[in-house]
Amino acid sequence: MAEMVENETMNDMKVIVFQLKNEEYGVAVEQVRSIERVQHITRVPRTPDFVKGVINLRGVVTPIIDLRSRFNIEEVDYSDSSRVIIVSVGEMDVGLIVDNANDVIDIPANAIEPPPEVVGGLEAEYLRGVAKLEKRLLILLNLDKVLNPEEIQDLKQIEAEV
Amino acid sequence: MERNQYLDMFIDESKEHLQMMNDQLLNLEKNPEDVSIVNEVFRAAHTLKGMAGTMGFDDLASLTHRMENVLDQIRNEQLHTTSDLVDVIFDAVDDLEAIVNDVADGGDGKRDVSNVVNQLEQIENGTWSEEEHAATAEEMKNTSGGETPFFDDFERTVLNQSKEQGYNAFHFQVSLREDCILKAARVFMVFEVLEKCGEVIKSTPTVDQLEEEQFEQTFSVTLVTKEEAEEVQQKIMKVSEVEEVLVSVVDVGMLEQTDQSDQSNEDTSDQSVEQQEESKSIQPAQEVQEKQSATPRTQQAESNDKQQQQTNKTIRVNIDRLDSLMNLFEELVIDRGRLEQIASDLKSNELTETVEHMSRISGDLQNIILNMRMVPVEQVFNRFPRMVRGLTKELNKKVNLEIIGAETELDRTVIDEIGDPLVHLLRNSLDHGIETPDERTKAGKPEEGHVTLKAYHSGNHVFIEVSDDGKGINREKVLQKALDNGVVSHDNASSLSDKQVYELLFSSGLSTADQVSDISGRGVGMDVVKNKIESLGGNISVDSVPEEGSTFSIQLPLTLSIISVMLVDVQEEVYAIPLSSIIETAIVKKEDIMSAHNQDVIDFRGHVVPLVHLTDFFDVPRTREQDDYYSIVIVRKGEKMAGLVVDSFIGQQEIVLKSLGNYLQNVFAISGATILGNGQVALIIDCNAMIK
Repeated sequence: MAEMVENETMNDMKVIVFQLKNEEYGVAVEQVRSIERVQHITRVPRTPDFVKGVINLRGVVTPIIDLRSRFNIEEVDYSDSSRVIIVSVGEMDVGLIVDNANDVIDIPANAIEPPPEVVGGLEAEYLRGVAKLEKRLLILLNLDKVLNPEEIQDLKQIEAEV
Repeated sequence: MERNQYLDMFIDESKEHLQMMNDQLLNLEKNPEDVSIVNEVFRAAHTLKGMAGTMGFDDLASLTHRMENVLDQIRNEQLHTTSDLVDVIFDAVDDLEAIVNDVADGGDGKRDVSNVVNQLEQIENGTWSEEEHAATAEEMKNTSGGETPFFDDFERTVLNQSKEQGYNAFHFQVSLREDCILKAARVFMVFEVLEKCGEVIKSTPTVDQLEEEQFEQTFSVTLVTKEEAEEVQQKIMKVSEVEEVLVSVVDVGMLEQTDQSDQSNEDTSDQSVEQQEESKSIQPAQEVQEKQSATPRTQQAESNDKQQQQTNKTIRVNIDRLDSLMNLFEELVIDRGRLEQIASDLKSNELTETVEHMSRISGDLQNIILNMRMVPVEQVFNRFPRMVRGLTKELNKKVNLEIIGAETELDRTVIDEIGDPLVHLLRNSLDHGIETPDERTKAGKPEEGHVTLKAYHSGNHVFIEVSDDGKGINREKVLQKALDNGVVSHDNASSLSDKQVYELLFSSGLSTADQVSDISGRGVGMDVVKNKIESLGGNISVDSVPEEGSTFSIQLPLTLSIISVMLVDVQEEVYAIPLSSIIETAIVKKEDIMSAHNQDVIDFRGHVVPLVHLTDFFDVPRTREQDDYYSIVIVRKGEKMAGLVVDSFIGQQEIVLKSLGNYLQNVFAISGATILGNGQVALIIDCNAMIK
């Protein structure tokens, strides 16, 4: 799996572009199952703040996390343009709340650079790289890291200690 | 990829056949004279051999082949069934199981089976000489020229009886054309023709060898029929690629004479054989033959019937597909709810009628889908007789296991989980419950202990009981152990009822066996059993009468996927509480709530019950003012109780249990989620986690 990810960064890739605050991010289309409007979310108690709860996605209970909150960007109320990107990582399906998602673009392999130490407050381990396209700068996410369930457990423990 | 696909099927089917062998061998041990049981085992072994050969598992194939040879001799009455003989076959089955499991785990199916193969070979050879001896003795009693058959006692008896009933016996020698490609298929067709005319008594080579094309161009068959020889001959000739059919009449009268002389011979040889070989004696077993010959049926016809039945009955469906069917159906149910709402708003008769009809049909559909996921507990039970047999030998006890209600159905997911707890309970009964034969005789009980495994439906639950007629639970011993381990205090000890003492068995760190044995009694287990059952939404209880035995009773929900819950409001959020945990609901005045050690409690029917404010417990955003009355749901875990304070009760509902997904695992005090009629998700409260 890890190898495949390595290889993909070497090739051209197609990504879904979404926005958080002023930055543009990208996730590989292969990892995206669907893009939904924000619907009723059922809060799940005793989970980290960025876990907003679960939704009924066509009969499947799907957890939802707020990416702003996940990346420590200040939260805003959801608007008409807010979207939930349902991504599939390993055996997990998770919804990511983003400000909007409206573009699919191809990124040539040579436009992708390894991540700098810190981009927009994000630690490098959450990133797969940065793509420079004319005037745009796209931050490519490493979803395996962003959606690591063990991290939830760790956070829970920290919270419990606090 | 292709092979993998077949591999799954191979493993599934092999396991089925092995199970069948296990069952039937146990049967055989009880009724050593029933040849039809041997036939069942033989058939299973034969199919397994074929499959193993096709898949290239040579060890498996060669071992089954040996087994088959021995079984063949048993069913031909050349070998007599003894417990030791069955032991060897069981060993062989064990090896087969090990190989199949190895293959299932991704191994190559190689295993050193030489030990068992040797044993089987010895059995086989011990009789081969015997058979050859018989063959030479009978060689001169042929009826006509060419290749001639010899008949063993059983076949002779059949021939005699057929003769008495006015059948004729003919010997056909069938030759196939030299360029015949599908010899086995032609053989099959010939047999089909023959079986329509009468009964095939014997074929040379054997049917199985014929099926595997282990013959040149010619084979011979003995048939009893009411038809004329020529008619049958012509019918056989109609099968394509049959070159020639020679017919001769089998002279039954002559056989009869030889039969009688033979019998006296064998009577004497009988004794000598028995003296020579105590364990693996070879007897003609006359009575059996008489029973058998009353219904002269051929092995092949029978197997054909059976196979047809099986193929028509079931198909295999991957459980994942059933799950996704269930998911889709649930969506339909949610939409149905919406449609019903819309129809009642619009007040259109036509729409209302259609929606009502659809509701009825989807209700039926729901039942069918749920039923598809139900499987008989037999799946779990059928491995127990074998296990009990092994354990009793190990423990030197005599135990008869009775299984009642194996057809009782449970949800597939429950079935998968219930096996281990039951194994533990059974082991417990055998090890601790049932006494040794000596002790039993002294206590005036029959030497053989009796363990009953019983499953039955009652209401929305399935009950499984394990009961024995052993010595029962020793109250004093249990109490002493509990005191030693600090499970109860001296003050409490005397006031406990018998039932309460027995329940102590489920607390961790108790084992009352004086000696720790391999089978049970390390003091771990019973508490694990209890936890397992409770995690399945069930209950376990125990009852016992000294010197008369004990009964462990497990109560399980019919299904894990659909449960009854009570929906409650907590502020603006909806939660579901499983009905199985709820004792009752109550509305309590604010003044009646007391405080003890900073904990709100109420006096509920003489018990002090601590309260859990769900709003605080789940950090629910406050939107409502607390009024003077508290709505409380009293829940329990075992003997302990708690009162969950909610804002209002919505009502009881059947809901579909869903997981929160892999991302959110082990959320505290939440066991899962469900989708409500309005399409929203409600969380299910895990009361067990709340009560400590």
